[in-house]
Amino acid sequence: MKITLKIWRQSNSSEKGNFQTYSLEDISPDSSFLEVLDLLNVRLEEEGKDPIHFDHDCREGICGTCSLYINGRPHGPSQTTTCQLHMRSFKDGELLWVEPWRAKPFPVIKDLVVDRNSLDRIIQAGGYVSVRTGGVPDANSLPVGQDLAEESMDAASCIGCGACVASCKNASAMLFVAAKVSHLALLPQGKVERQSRVQEMIAQMDKEGFGSCTNTAACEAECPKNISVSHIARLNREFFLAKILPETK
Amino acid sequence: MAVKTPILDAKIPKGTLSEKWSAYKSHAGLVNPANRRKYDIIVVGTGLAGSSAAASLAEMGYNVKSFCFQDSPRRAHSIAAQGGINAAKNYQNDGDSVFRLFYDTIKGGDYRAREANVHRLAELSTHIIDQCVAQGIPFAREYGGLLANRSFGGAQVSRTFYARGQTGQQLLLGAYSALSRQIQLGKVQQFSRHEILDLVIVEGKARGVVVRDLVSGKISSHSAHAVLLCTGGYGNVYFLSTNAMGSNVTACWRAHKKGAFFANPCFTQIHPTCIPVHGDHQSKLTLMSESLRNDGRVWVPKTPALAEKVRKGGLSPEELSEEDRDYFLERRYPAFGNLVPRDVASRNAKYVCDEGKGVGTGLAVFLDFRDAIKRDGEDVIRSKYGNLFDMYQQITGQDPYRVPMNIYPAVHYTMGGLWVDYQLMTTIPGLYALGEANFSDHGANRLGASALMQGLADGYFVIPYTLGDYLSNMPYEKIPTTHPAFQEAEKEVLRDIQKLLQIQGNKSVDYYHKQLGLCMWEYCGMSRTQKGLEKARIRVKELREEFWKNVKVVGKNEDMNLCLEKAGRVADFLELGELMIEDALQREESCGGHFREEYQTPEGEALRNDELFSFVSIWEYGQKKMHKEHLNFEEVKPTQRSYK
Ligand SMILES: Cc1cc2nc3c(=O)[nH]c(=O)nc-3n(C[C@H](O)[C@H](O)[C@H](O)COP(=O)(O)OP(=O)(O)OC[C@H]3O[C@@H](n4cnc5c(N)ncnc54)[C@H](O)[C@@H]3O)c2cc1C
Ligand code: SF4
Ligand code: FES
Repeated sequence: MKITLKIWRQSNSSEKGNFQTYSLEDISPDSSFLEVLDLLNVRLEEEGKDPIHFDHDCREGICGTCSLYINGRPHGPSQTTTCQLHMRSFKDGELLWVEPWRAKPFPVIKDLVVDRNSLDRIIQAGGYVSVRTGGVPDANSLPVGQDLAEESMDAASCIGCGACVASCKNASAMLFVAAKVSHLALLPQGKVERQSRVQEMIAQMDKEGFGSCTNTAACEAECPKNISVSHIARLNREFFLAKILPETK
Repeated sequence: MAVKTPILDAKIPKGTLSEKWSAYKSHAGLVNPANRRKYDIIVVGTGLAGSSAAASLAEMGYNVKSFCFQDSPRRAHSIAAQGGINAAKNYQNDGDSVFRLFYDTIKGGDYRAREANVHRLAELSTHIIDQCVAQGIPFAREYGGLLANRSFGGAQVSRTFYARGQTGQQLLLGAYSALSRQIQLGKVQQFSRHEILDLVIVEGKARGVVVRDLVSGKISSHSAHAVLLCTGGYGNVYFLSTNAMGSNVTACWRAHKKGAFFANPCFTQIHPTCIPVHGDHQSKLTLMSESLRNDGRVWVPKTPALAEKVRKGGLSPEELSEEDRDYFLERRYPAFGNLVPRDVASRNAKYVCDEGKGVGTGLAVFLDFRDAIKRDGEDVIRSKYGNLFDMYQQITGQDPYRVPMNIYPAVHYTMGGLWVDYQLMTTIPGLYALGEANFSDHGANRLGASALMQGLADGYFVIPYTLGDYLSNMPYEKIPTTHPAFQEAEKEVLRDIQKLLQIQGNKSVDYYHKQLGLCMWEYCGMSRTQKGLEKARIRVKELREEFWKNVKVVGKNEDMNLCLEKAGRVADFLELGELMIEDALQREESCGGHFREEYQTPEGEALRNDELFSFVSIWEYGQKKMHKEHLNFEEVKPTQRSYK
């Protein structure tokens, strides 16, 4: 198949970028979208031109590295990661606009590559159970109901890609934070620190300049891992409880 | 072969096998808690091995600098592991024990692993699960709330713990959270988007690294009292593999060039259940977890004629009656059936395809869930493998609930790696290798769900002791990065980069990587012959020489430059490829994943030669000089592996 790409090129964080047009022919519908970028890059390199810089690693939809908009939608038209998107999802001859995540806490580094370390800093603020290595009880000493474990796992499936932020008109990171808070709050292991965790993570989120959540649920619609906005409800509950019951910390 | 090969000492503690590790711990040197902050440790890699090591060491009080080339430590390749992690908990009451896990691992590795390490690994396995649960890892549970298990290839007990098909993700997020906590506490300094390009040695000891900031291109040095390489495997030498795109050998290779010996480089694992190659422009292969073999049955049409009909679309798989199907694993290995170890399953898939019974492009076999769905219902299958089925459907456009999956073997894991002694120290004092980067525990074939176990055992429970022993004899003084050894190493790194940039030939880096991969897959892949390997030896050398004359690396160093990053990695892969071929040539036997066609039993099984090859081959850089570590089996008696 044939495809035309309008790709955002920006040489570094301080320079202004623009769209450049590339046409490709003989694309296999079984190729993934990123394989098409690989192909284009080989061509550019052989012509002595700078290849298109984009983030990717596992190509299995699990590392959360790939991150770009296709035609204005994070990760492209279907609810998967870009690396799991295949050309059969597009029409022959289609024109595709490809851009980096747009959000203030995700500054562009080059072309389609952005800096998402703000998400790491939110986890650093409290997204863990404070246990040390060794000296922990036997794994089966604390049974966890299957339903709870499954629900926790639903939340823990978040890959930290940032599509939720990229899809939100306020650039809110609520779905990402909610996923982590929910994952741990549901499990007995996470209960001990649940109040401080939620407060510290939210404080960090605000500090990073993420916007506030106005419940449009655009994030859920674009999240490649189907993280539900119900976790945001739990986050709000956790936050509220932490505020009114600080002394039980 | 008249030259006498030097023998390496693995420093295995004395005593009976099951007491070695406790004996070691009781006598290892210690660093007093107040003095630990006087030591700086560099941990390269944030996969399971690196994150767990960095977090544990920081918690103990050491100052840790942690590096990864991804944009976040959470994205290391370990994140992609699907199926599970083994532990000898015997929660299922099905006869598991530390000894049995040890035994299965040694046998699965076709008696080419070091007994003492493997036993330690089996002992530590149970602590890993405790640790992970305490961190809040949402493992699969039974109705009563206790942990669930599944079985994996090469074992007759259920000892694999899992979190859906995302076990690696959950384990890594656990280790990453422990790491994040230490970053917050200021005990770990994290350097993401940084690549290690050289090791710095001062007075014979590893004392630091030279790194390139992948955003600015800036080259700088970091000094420490010890360096841990936790940089993963080198499966990408084959270009197409299930490894993440960035996985590479560079840090290990540069250390190898500085004197760290490389062990068993030709031991690679070809995983039986991957999505088959679809075309020339493919960049990556996708694994379908081995856990699928618990319920999926592997088969091909009984005759080449039937297979051809299926390939041409004249016959759909569902239309084939039982008599027209060859469940070749169940037929040949009734005891283990579809759960034979990976090397055996892969080789058999290749055989039936070579006989013309392959489906799809001809290089594929069926993995069929029809019977499991009939037996347990679609819901049960969905709850076990839902995300894997979805992934399969996304990639192939086919619905595995209705039609059998097409699968074929692909490069997956490398058992070889830097040689380490019992303490995980390489041949360079102060340089350690952990996780897939070392060679230590899996012999010639790794069992499923054992890499995650090894990475975490190394990082959480081994290195905190063995590193302390080394540091207890180490002065506190720090070496400034203005020291000539650092300056020299930096200059060398820059020189190599400039060299790559100046070639300005006319072939892309990918071109050379693909050519290398094709050659390695053909001649140093699932089955190997002397003739083929000799051909490959010439071809890879040619490729390497041509690369250095004709590759085109665009852009400059002082910038984010993907092309330059790849070029450095491919340059190292080209050298590694040659070494793998050399190693495969010298090993005139078949064992585990290393199958030399000349050495097989009449039934086509791997034929080991314990008399001549019961050793680890350990390579020095440059002159193709090989050292040996003899493998002594005290507890298990090597026999021909049988899964019948
Ligand atoms: C698809 C897939 C599924 C798997 N499933 C399972 C499973 O179910 N069970 C199981 O036990 N095993 C499984 N494995 C194997 C297992 O995932 C790996 O062996 C294991 O995760 C390796 O962990 P590691 O910590 O050694 O290295 P990795 O996780 O590969 O981490 C390497 C780290 O090193 C860093 N690094 C590398 N080079 C440099 C450099 N030059 N400079 C700076 N940083 C560098 C990287 O950034 C990264 O952080 C699977 C593997 C694959 C490919
Ligand atoms: S919540 Fe979804 S969209 Fe947001 S980071 Fe996690 S996986 Fe990505
Ligand atoms: S590259 Fe890993 S999720 Fe897309």
